[in-house]
Amino acid sequence: MNHLDELEAEAIYIMREVAAECEKPVMLYSIGKDSSVMLHLAMKAFYPEKPPFPFLHVNTTWKFKEMIRFRDQRARELGIEMLEYINEEGVRQGINPFDHGASYTDIMKTQALKQALDKYGFTAAFGGGRRDEEKSRAKERIFSFRNQNHAWDPKNQRPEMWKLFNTRIRPGESIRVFPLSNWTEKDIWQYIRRENIPIVSLYFAKERPVVVRNGQIIMVDDDRMKLLPGEKVEMKKVRFRTLGCYPLTGGMESDADTLDAIIEETLSAVESERTSRIIDSDGGASSMEKRKREGYF
Amino acid sequence: MKNDLLKFITCGSVDDGKSTLIGHMLYDAKLIFADQKKALELDSRVGSRDGNIDYSLLLDGLMAEREQGITIDVAYRYFTTDNRSFIVADTPGHEEYTRNMAVGASFASLAVILVDASKGVLTQTKRHSRICSLMGIRHFVFAVNKMDLVNYSQMTFDKIKRHIKMLMAEFDYQSLQIIPVSATEGDNITKKSDRLSWYNGKTLLAYLEDVDVKEEDGGEGFSMAVQRVCRPNQNFRGFQGQISTGEISVGDTVTVLPSRETAGVLSILQGDQKVEKSGSGYCVTLQLDREVDVSRGCVIVKDYSLHISSMFVASILWMDDSSLMAGRNFWLKLGTQQIPATVMRIKHKIDVNTGAEISADTIYKNEIACCEISVGSSIVFDKFASNRELGSLILIDRITNMTSACGVVMYPLHRGHSLTWHNMDITKELRESQLGQKAFTIWMTGLSGSGKSTLANALEKRLFSMGKHTMLLDGDNVRMGLNKNLGFDENDRIENIRRIAEVSKLMNDAGLIVLTSFISPFSQDRKNAREIIGPGFVEVYVSTPLEECERRDVKGLYREARQGIITNFTGISSPYEVPEKPEAVVDTSRHTIDECVDIVLEKLQDFLKTPEQ
Repeated sequence: MNHLDELEAEAIYIMREVAAECEKPVMLYSIGKDSSVMLHLAMKAFYPEKPPFPFLHVNTTWKFKEMIRFRDQRARELGIEMLEYINEEGVRQGINPFDHGASYTDIMKTQALKQALDKYGFTAAFGGGRRDEEKSRAKERIFSFRNQNHAWDPKNQRPEMWKLFNTRIRPGESIRVFPLSNWTEKDIWQYIRRENIPIVSLYFAKERPVVVRNGQIIMVDDDRMKLLPGEKVEMKKVRFRTLGCYPLTGGMESDADTLDAIIEETLSAVESERTSRIIDSDGGASSMEKRKREGYF
Repeated sequence: MKNDLLKFITCGSVDDGKSTLIGHMLYDAKLIFADQKKALELDSRVGSRDGNIDYSLLLDGLMAEREQGITIDVAYRYFTTDNRSFIVADTPGHEEYTRNMAVGASFASLAVILVDASKGVLTQTKRHSRICSLMGIRHFVFAVNKMDLVNYSQMTFDKIKRHIKMLMAEFDYQSLQIIPVSATEGDNITKKSDRLSWYNGKTLLAYLEDVDVKEEDGGEGFSMAVQRVCRPNQNFRGFQGQISTGEISVGDTVTVLPSRETAGVLSILQGDQKVEKSGSGYCVTLQLDREVDVSRGCVIVKDYSLHISSMFVASILWMDDSSLMAGRNFWLKLGTQQIPATVMRIKHKIDVNTGAEISADTIYKNEIACCEISVGSSIVFDKFASNRELGSLILIDRITNMTSACGVVMYPLHRGHSLTWHNMDITKELRESQLGQKAFTIWMTGLSGSGKSTLANALEKRLFSMGKHTMLLDGDNVRMGLNKNLGFDENDRIENIRRIAEVSKLMNDAGLIVLTSFISPFSQDRKNAREIIGPGFVEVYVSTPLEECERRDVKGLYREARQGIITNFTGISSPYEVPEKPEAVVDTSRHTIDECVDIVLEKLQDFLKTPEQ
């Protein structure tokens, strides 16, 4: 077995354990490359059966249009159940990434996710988080327990021994499960190439309308993007290393329009991928851990 | 060997420099991203190391760790050189966090154990070596660190080397390398050091790139624990699992355990691909050529003999804050089987320093012990030494759901071997553990007609639906039987309450949750009951006002009391002494019964959750 085979087998084993032992699992699907890999693994893990759980996309309503199209197309092709959840209360209040900064992420992502999990009563939720993304994730178990308020207690994690996952919880508690914990960004790309996994075209470099704001290249995906004085929309050949809400996702100038070119660029990259996620740079080194304690995935 | 994956851990005592070592390795080998590097240099300036780079900051990711300057949990790092991919689990050195170190050890195939050259082999070095060995690690590297502090002395190194060899003599290992290094200065981490020219071996990174950790191929047979049955339609029934050992081909005859039924392999799916054969490590779906009884927990084998028994001896690492005594019940998970289990006997514990077997009745957190474990029905397993996956286990606390222990099977026992429980009394705690609850008494007091009985009934139903074992004591089942001979004068009244309290206590000792529903109007009586029952006494004052109780007058007693037909009636002709500090107060005229139940349950949280949290 090469190392991708090992990572694949580990993820499939984990998914089957959850399906066998957890009462009501769901797989979170964020449309990004990690979700694409996770979905692909789920299709393999249970084959010839369809994955015995639904998929859930928490939509902030600010995702790239291409992402939503891709999501709907994949769900149709694979014949899986794709749930969408939007925090309608947040929409009514007009919460948006331009005016509400950090509380936007909290209301439209963190709160929305908690509401969705509560609404359906899911007891276990797969997420595509990887330990190489960020320092507090590097310390999280594959099976990560949440109390009734969906909060994580990093000081009191259950020991996780060998492949013996303890999935027992009390009513109201839930588990977040990260089958890709041990994958690196490079592994993800190599696996996408090996398995020929479809991904959103935003990952490939293309001429796109963008503005440069605070050193970040932001794509103007629709007319809700408010231009600041002095800003002008220009066409640049850009691609995205991570995908999220378009006003919060920095692109990079690149000519990489094939998988091989992306992998080449990733291997020589000088910045880790979360740099392009604007929300992470608020609050310094520990911001991710803080958000996780509050229930962010 | 190119491009394979090496999972290793770093361990050793606190301040031996584990995080610094890995941080320095990543930094030197240019294996960290520029923004992480920038953050590191920035963090170091705020830190205490006089502006020099503190490499450990790369790894100590949690806020509490940064505050305390220690590593409390395993951090996983990923890096790739031209020769190999690595996952390193950097584990905590403090004894308090030994269980987190064990998590890392169970994941790794090689251990890098740090030894401070200025201190030599410490107790914690021995503990970690022992746990690594227990968890199945067979490849060891000792990095003798801080050589700069001992002037790079070969004599000091040789002395420590001798100690390490003595320590390792009792363990079963496949490879052992001892390397002098300095993590802060960078000697022998990725570059050969001139200051250690007397050392002829490889640098740490070079050694890790080359070392062969492949399991010795024992030519063993095929074994696979069934994770789930895949049944997409009437025509397909497949058994899914990850192959533990050996190989399997289409056409092979396999045996299903524990039923010992045999069948031929009709097809093998590796993921979604049909294959002719597959081998250890792969996740597969096996289709058999005839109907056999297979479900999750079964093991499918070929040319492989496993043990089927309900008793075995295991070496365990106890990881729970509460202690272990013989007789405690758990959920045991072994392979894909999950089943109730009892620790029947603690044979001995292991002195981490010397390896000596010490007799013990109680095992505390971070201790290693050898126990006899009995499970509810026969399960399929192997010795850990022959099969890692079918020989490793965890014990899960039935109340807290905590993973209390991990362990490895040493050898099976057979029925009749030692079914006796040694040095063990069935205590209240054991009964509680078997019932999966903490026992206590909810003592409801309040006026006649205040709603005590209705509330007690509703509360008992709710507790019952939560899976709790309960018993309700009220006028109906006590006055008619146990206290039939008692009247209503003062002595009999006191005796009535005393008997109820004593019965409640006995039932608590049996592990049951008791609900009592009596007017019990006098403080002194309730105080006596509290003394008899002890800390499990929970007083609930049903505070429905007299006017409301009298308005309800379900049994017509208030009317008769007003008319003088009944004397000494609480609230009318006899006082009700309001409790001073009840654990809960509810008024059934202001809340619905369901709301009252919620209020009481809220107050009972401490009793209903975990005993030690």
